[in-house]
Amino acid sequence: MQTLMIPEIGHLALIIALLMALVQGIMPLAGAATRRPLWMAYARPMATGQFLFLAIAYACLTASYLLDDFSVANVANNSNSLLPWYYKASAVWGNHEGSVLLWSLILAGWGFAVSQFSRELPRDMLARVMGVMGLVSLGFLAFVLITSNPFERLLPNVPQDGADLNPLLQDFGLIVHPPMLYMGYVGFSVVFAFAIAALLGGRLDAAWTRWARPWTNIAWAFLTVGIALGSWWAYYELGWGGWWFWDPVENASLLPWLAGTALIHSLAVTEKRGAFKSWTVLLAISTFSLSLMGTFLVRSGVLTSVHAFANDPSRGFFILVLLGITVGLSLLLFALRAPRVSHQVGFSWLSRDALLLINNILLVIMTVTVLLGTVYPLLLDALNLGKISVGPPYFNALFVPLTVVLCLFMGLGPLSRWKHTPARDLFKRSWTAGLAALVIGAVAPLLYRGEWNLKVSLGVVIALWVVLPMARDLWVKSRHADGRMAGLRRLSLSYWGMILGHLGIAVTIIGVTVVSNYAIERNVRMGVGDSAAVAGYTFTMTELASRRGPNYLADTAEIEVRRGDSQRSFTMTPEKRLYLARGMPMTQVALRPGLFRDLYVAMGEDLEDGSWAMRIQHKPFVRWLWLGALLMAAGGVLAVADRRYRRTVTARDPTRDSERAAIAAPREALP
Amino acid sequence: MRAKRKQKLFVILGLVSLAAIAVGLTLYALRSNINLFFSPVQIAAGDAPVERQIRAGGMVKPASVDRDKESLEVTFIVTDYVDDLEVRYSGILPDLFREGQGVVVVGQLQQAGWLRADQVLARHDENYMPPEVAQALEEAGYAPEDYQAKAAEVGKMMDARAQDSGDGPTN
Repeated sequence: MQTLMIPEIGHLALIIALLMALVQGIMPLAGAATRRPLWMAYARPMATGQFLFLAIAYACLTASYLLDDFSVANVANNSNSLLPWYYKASAVWGNHEGSVLLWSLILAGWGFAVSQFSRELPRDMLARVMGVMGLVSLGFLAFVLITSNPFERLLPNVPQDGADLNPLLQDFGLIVHPPMLYMGYVGFSVVFAFAIAALLGGRLDAAWTRWARPWTNIAWAFLTVGIALGSWWAYYELGWGGWWFWDPVENASLLPWLAGTALIHSLAVTEKRGAFKSWTVLLAISTFSLSLMGTFLVRSGVLTSVHAFANDPSRGFFILVLLGITVGLSLLLFALRAPRVSHQVGFSWLSRDALLLINNILLVIMTVTVLLGTVYPLLLDALNLGKISVGPPYFNALFVPLTVVLCLFMGLGPLSRWKHTPARDLFKRSWTAGLAALVIGAVAPLLYRGEWNLKVSLGVVIALWVVLPMARDLWVKSRHADGRMAGLRRLSLSYWGMILGHLGIAVTIIGVTVVSNYAIERNVRMGVGDSAAVAGYTFTMTELASRRGPNYLADTAEIEVRRGDSQRSFTMTPEKRLYLARGMPMTQVALRPGLFRDLYVAMGEDLEDGSWAMRIQHKPFVRWLWLGALLMAAGGVLAVADRRYRRTVTARDPTRDSERAAIAAPREALP
Repeated sequence: MRAKRKQKLFVILGLVSLAAIAVGLTLYALRSNINLFFSPVQIAAGDAPVERQIRAGGMVKPASVDRDKESLEVTFIVTDYVDDLEVRYSGILPDLFREGQGVVVVGQLQQAGWLRADQVLARHDENYMPPEVAQALEEAGYAPEDYQAKAAEVGKMMDARAQDSGDGPTN
């Protein structure tokens, strides 16, 4: 259906939003610099208006999709009248233009949330934060309007029907993965804005971290879920059962996650001890810059993948310039205004401070190694030095040992105290856990598979080493005169957040270890009546049929699965689909999920003599990967719910005054 | 004061040594895990190393795909319309693998001149030619017209054949 005005209204709303972003980017910052409350007061209404108008623009694009308005180029290229409505609505972000629009909408959403939930923020601080967010928004809205307008019309040659959404994207994963990931990516813009505002205002104290921490945690939790969803989606959608490919696009999301993980830990030190201030600011800048770089990598077309929709070089160039300006200006500002780090807070090498310092160093090294492996081939190619690719062995060779080292220190973290922990205490609190981890880890592969396996043992040992000392700590801390339950209830939510987050890492490590070492894959030739035995299960093909779906044709196989000699059996039905609009084949995997193992059957190729090449896999503990990520995200959210963030923070907490930042430019002392 | 200075010294020493170890490991890992790309014309010229992991790419030559009747062994020829490369692979080919389409294979070149592939990646490309291959051909001194025309011809032929059998692209 062709609609008269909807795309035009959307376009107009987008332009209004851009103008509001312009005002939001200039007035509050100028007002904060010249101390004019009236100018600063622009921040809130502009943020609200921008969000409102972007929501209108976004709704207009969605309406064009739902109404099958193929006169809109974006709809014509990415939708089809046969597509179910929920894929039409999510096809909006299944392409370049729509996804940057969603990016901008989410950015405005975060801006709106900050303006609503930070009422206790000092006026000039809020003005600066909102100003910076306005500038970021301005950049992206200009990008949308200049290079990637989603409302462009195809007039007068309106196509009869759309070219359809890429069949790989016609899945539940499309509905949830991109919005979650973007919430995370874009959410780091808040802490970035806080960091820039702190540099501009010369104010970086405990109150600052108490404002910035919840936003960072939430963004980090979203990003964690987004990455996990992406991994889960790739696992069942691509048909070969991998869950992490070290693909540059995946790395692009892992990089801000690693930097963000470092950031939430260094923020803890800054809040509790007033240390690592400039380092925290630098991490905040880096994390958001890495988010931007991820956007650049994915959206510029320098990479070839399902994620890379754009092949227009001007777009890549635009984002690169945007990235250059953001990174360049913020680093310049950092160099000019960052505090000369006076070590006014000393700490011993056996303290939580030191352990968190090590955590940060390791996470930064991990970030750099992943960054290097991701960008190196692109750089060589850009400089015309040859086409290479860096494979998973590189990443595994570096990432795995670094993770092991990280976990060694992670086990001690929760046991240590700020400032100083006597070595004797640390040892006393951890030796039983360490010993138990070693013993259990050593026998775990024996019990599970009846065979030694050094890698599995190592994985189990470090996972337990993360969990067991924490469990002991929890046991000790929950002692209470009124009984254990009262003791547990007395613990702070941020403590529970830490517990869950670390538990999540351990669960993920177990998942990664077991599935990487014990997964079984067999590719077999199967016709009706043939069977194959994999990991104690018998897979028998009972039927081959074909059927017609709403927008595809499918060959389906019925596979009867029996465990051992058991009488009970169940059926799995993998499919090979041919999507009609694009003539594109797709593998639809049959999955039998379980907490301790997944069975995974995919149809490979038609071998044209009545048999098919089938891919059958047994994936033990694969669910733990994503379960761990969910636990981590839950930890992040729980920490935000802690009482101290809900308390109205007075602009100047006198008890913390002594911790005021040694930031340069005290001239801007606040009223 | 001395204690603090000492601590700072340790921080710096620790950072430097950690960074050095990291850089060393990284470079080592990079060096042994880089896969260079070669096109059939470069392989025919003997530019590619033997029995080392490489990537090679080109188009799947029409009517060259040969599946073993008993196993999942498959042989096919990758061509850049100048030279051919025989590829052997055991397993399931990707969904987008088709004769006349672009393909990238990862594997080891054997002494006998064929390539044992561990991984086959297919992708749909409107130009019927992966950009790396086109570039390699240009570097080898072939004018784009030489092979592009041929490639387009094969591409059209394949499309027509697909349309006849009724399962081809409809748009």
